[in-house]
Amino acid sequence: MAQSATANILTVLDTDFKGIIEEWLGTQVKEGVKRSDLFSDAESRAQNRELLKAFSKGIRDGVTGEDFDLDDDQWDDLRAVLADVSRERVSRGVTPTEMATFVLALKAPLFKRLEALETSDHSVLIRDVMLVTRLVDAFAIYTNEIFINEREQIIDRQRQEMLELSTPVVELWDRVLTLPLIGTLDSARAQEVMENLLQTILERQAEVVIMDITGVGTVDTQVAQHLLRAAAAVRLMGAECIISGISPMIAQTMVQLGIDVGTVSTRSSIRTALSDALLTVGYVIKKTGDQ
Amino acid sequence: MAGVTSINLVERALLVSIQDDITDTEILELQDRLSNRIAQNRIDGVILDISALEIVDTFVGRVIAQLAGISKLLAAETYVVGMRPTVAVTLVELGMYLPEIRTALSLTHALAQLRRV
Repeated sequence: MAQSATANILTVLDTDFKGIIEEWLGTQVKEGVKRSDLFSDAESRAQNRELLKAFSKGIRDGVTGEDFDLDDDQWDDLRAVLADVSRERVSRGVTPTEMATFVLALKAPLFKRLEALETSDHSVLIRDVMLVTRLVDAFAIYTNEIFINEREQIIDRQRQEMLELSTPVVELWDRVLTLPLIGTLDSARAQEVMENLLQTILERQAEVVIMDITGVGTVDTQVAQHLLRAAAAVRLMGAECIISGISPMIAQTMVQLGIDVGTVSTRSSIRTALSDALLTVGYVIKKTGDQ
Repeated sequence: MAGVTSINLVERALLVSIQDDITDTEILELQDRLSNRIAQNRIDGVILDISALEIVDTFVGRVIAQLAGISKLLAAETYVVGMRPTVAVTLVELGMYLPEIRTALSLTHALAQLRRV
């Protein structure tokens, strides 16, 4: 038994490359993961061929003894093809389970051929089957990893976009800024909001800032802390800060929590806050005619 | 010594521009000189221009608070003007809200507020 551990597997792959692809496709159909609704027959076949080609190349160069590491350079091709195929499939709506089953379906045709090839020595057959199992499993786990990474990138990007979108500082009038806060105010967002606000105060030479929390669902001690810190920083810059949009519900909660707003002015609506702010910078809102 | 921080009379206020490279000794010396000047002249206010300050620590924050306290005892209001956003954030993070000082965006704003008093 001088032959290397991969010899039988390679023989199988070399002698019946086409047959394996066809049977792999067959297993996929049987498992219900071929998704003919998303991929044409030719596309599926091309994907499978590319994958199997990279797979056999990996086995030829990347397995020493019975050990392999999918992170090695020899598996570059397979990883690249796998990444491409996964991305393509995921973008068309294939689930991770389907993707893993799709890869695992490769086992059956390989096992069948190994069995036919090695009839005499069962220990060799078991060794080969074990190796194929480990390879294909690693292969399937890697697709899942790609899938998760892809998702994580999307989540990251969206979080970043949300952070940028959710902190608009609007100039209401000369030297009057407003910051409509919507959603929840966690530490990261509070930091972003504060920096953005202070920078805008500097740029616009604003004298009054209205922080409107009408869109903030709940105010707990932490959110209040963030708001008051922002207000304190605004004051240190030399502008005045008004917190508006404090609903009766929020007012009650704040008192019950024992939150002291100190010298920061608070208003129930942005409407009163605006007229106060305009007064501070020297304007009044006046009615015209008798309408 | 890098240079003595100058104290200038503008209208009825003392203007002090604090430089970024001010040392701890200089700032203490400034506190002493400023107290004397407030007592000598009839002054309504003190304007501390800190627009050149890029970094603050608790020491500088405390000295600013003390300057405000001293001038208040001598019947003058202290205005801190031109604080940079990063400095404001740092002070807040250090928990120094400096409630005893008045702030203004710029020298012009501080003078306008002093005239109103």
